[in-house]
Amino acid sequence: MSQESKAQTVEGRGGALLPPEVIASIREYFPRYPNTRAVVLPALHLIQEALGYVPKSAVLELANVLGIPASDIEDTLSFYQFFKQDRPLGKYRIWVCRSLSCALCGGENLLDYLRERLNIEPGETTADGRFTLEAAECLGACEYAPAVLINETLYPTMTREKLESVLDELSKQDINGHG
Amino acid sequence: MESFEPVLLANIQKPDSHTLRAYEASGGYATLRRVLKELSPAEVVEEVRISGLRGRGGAGFPTGLKWSFLPADHPGPIYFCVNADESEPGTFCNRILLELDPHQVLEGTIISAYATRATTAYVYLRYEYPLAYRRLSEAIREAYQAGYLGKNILGTGLDLDMYIHRGAGAYICGEETGLIESIEGKRAWPRTKPPFPAVEGLFRKPTVVNNVETLACVRHIMERGAEWFRSIGVPPDPNDPRDPGSFGPKLFCVSGHVNRPGCFEAPLGIPCRRLIEEYAGGVRGGRRAKAVVPGGLSTGLLSADELDTPMDFAGPIKAGCLGLGTGGVIVLDETYPIIDFLHNSCRFFAHESCGQCTPCREGTAWALQIVERIKAGRGRLVDLDLLLEIADNIGIIPGTTICGLADGAAWPIKTAIRKFRGELEDYIKRTNPKGWRSTRPVPAFSLEKTDQANSMRTPVA
Ligand SMILES: Cc1cc2nc3c(=O)[nH]c(=O)nc-3n(C[C@H](O)[C@H](O)[C@H](O)COP(=O)(O)O)c2cc1C
Ligand code: SF4
Ligand code: FES
Repeated sequence: MSQESKAQTVEGRGGALLPPEVIASIREYFPRYPNTRAVVLPALHLIQEALGYVPKSAVLELANVLGIPASDIEDTLSFYQFFKQDRPLGKYRIWVCRSLSCALCGGENLLDYLRERLNIEPGETTADGRFTLEAAECLGACEYAPAVLINETLYPTMTREKLESVLDELSKQDINGHG
Repeated sequence: MESFEPVLLANIQKPDSHTLRAYEASGGYATLRRVLKELSPAEVVEEVRISGLRGRGGAGFPTGLKWSFLPADHPGPIYFCVNADESEPGTFCNRILLELDPHQVLEGTIISAYATRATTAYVYLRYEYPLAYRRLSEAIREAYQAGYLGKNILGTGLDLDMYIHRGAGAYICGEETGLIESIEGKRAWPRTKPPFPAVEGLFRKPTVVNNVETLACVRHIMERGAEWFRSIGVPPDPNDPRDPGSFGPKLFCVSGHVNRPGCFEAPLGIPCRRLIEEYAGGVRGGRRAKAVVPGGLSTGLLSADELDTPMDFAGPIKAGCLGLGTGGVIVLDETYPIIDFLHNSCRFFAHESCGQCTPCREGTAWALQIVERIKAGRGRLVDLDLLLEIADNIGIIPGTTICGLADGAAWPIKTAIRKFRGELEDYIKRTNPKGWRSTRPVPAFSLEKTDQANSMRTPVA
């Protein structure tokens, strides 16, 4: 499925965009904070995890759940580059660190390699919806420079060759669902 | 110094060091029990004040003093924030504590919350630490179950809830008021101070923000006493009445061009050279160091002949750097071009500026454009002075911005140009021998493929 068609199916569901389980998990955060605005960040994480992105209509729905203006949520969301609004993330989100310790150990070459191999720029997703490439600032793993984070897994002291075989492996995996 | 005994990293090699069972087996939570039974909150604040503990998150502010700014008779709630945003390039010691010994951090936090009468603690954890998130979540769950968190802790009537609040990939969330805004569900725009968080912080209530490593230190101060803590490190400079000294152990992260990068515990004041040579196994490939970042990218550069700088809060300042910062030491060997350092640093800060203050937003962006142009072979010698002018005019220290990010952007520029001007001038003369004078920006270097750098050298008049 291309990203566009996926995006359309999700958007096309109208009012029932957020699955009830996601709304329930968002509500579980309410007792932690004195007001619901503070639930925005946890909620955006839950939505992006479930849908792969946070489309505008999900923001409207979230505004209802939290009882705050959608513009407040949009204001927060747009500040954090972590959240995507236009189309779902790839199944694998690849963060390549380009900050100093990793750059000293060849991190920027890895980014170039991935741009060529995946034929996308940082911030973009491959047409098959498998990979999203991100140029990361320090991942806090500088002892493993150059460091690459793919979804929840840190790949230490990467080389082109190692990255190649990791990608070969991930390319074989089943592509349904996110991360 | 030879008798130095690590405490912060003492347990991380033990099997299952992240579990409650292993933590309790090595004496964990005994200090919390004793403190809650025997000491009043004011006595804990006093012990921490006497210890001379200074914040490990970068600013080095005395922790006991910060706590004493809380209003004495506030009806509450008072909030506690654990700063686990750790995003300063070259820094990873909080991650190691949270992954391998999270209960140590929890015990320090619970003691600190007791001292400050806080009843809710939020751990602001950067999103890119998934293992730390899992380990810390599990540790919090264990601590609730064992009665170290929740209502009526250990039967003493103390209540404390603790929640993890995950970030979303922005460096500025580590600045304490940016962090507070981010927990409140807003963009992480730092607040103008005063009011300081101790008076009006999270949800407009009195709030304490402390770094993960600071809180781990609190646990050991309460176990071994303030005098033990003061026996480690560097006493106040008798000639500087404002220097409170640099006491206690510190975690130093060493990375870059070294043989054994890693996180090491050493007394404050250890010479930078010893960290590189003895702890990190020396410079890679038998080379020599050209320059060293002493405490995370923001702090700037030490030159090769400044490596005997003592790594206490005052040492790097005396060597012209911003400060000790986070203790993240990054080694650049003799083959690494300073222009590449400048480019990497300017790109980072231009990318991470939150955009609120014009001097920071515009200054970091212009600095990046100038450095990109120099790097692409269209630099002019006056550009170096232009860069210095920008660097001297952005930040809290010149007084033009709300937060310290801009100072962090300025110091790498200042130190690189002041200490390595010759190399930068040579680079400019070599790559732009005809002295092309165009000041047009080059296409964003960060997005150009490395092997296209040559084609960008084609002069555009
Ligand atoms: C731009 C900027 C980023 C910061 N990032 C962090 C950080 O990631 N972690 C941290 O503990 N402190 C960070 N700080 C320092 C905090 O503002 C604050 O001083 C610190 O959390 C206080 O805790 P401490 O006194 O225990 O060090 C940052 C400061 C600035 C100006
Ligand atoms: S100094 Fe920079 S990062 Fe700090 S508040 Fe101002 S614009 Fe934002
Ligand atoms: S610089 Fe890459 S992980 Fe820190």
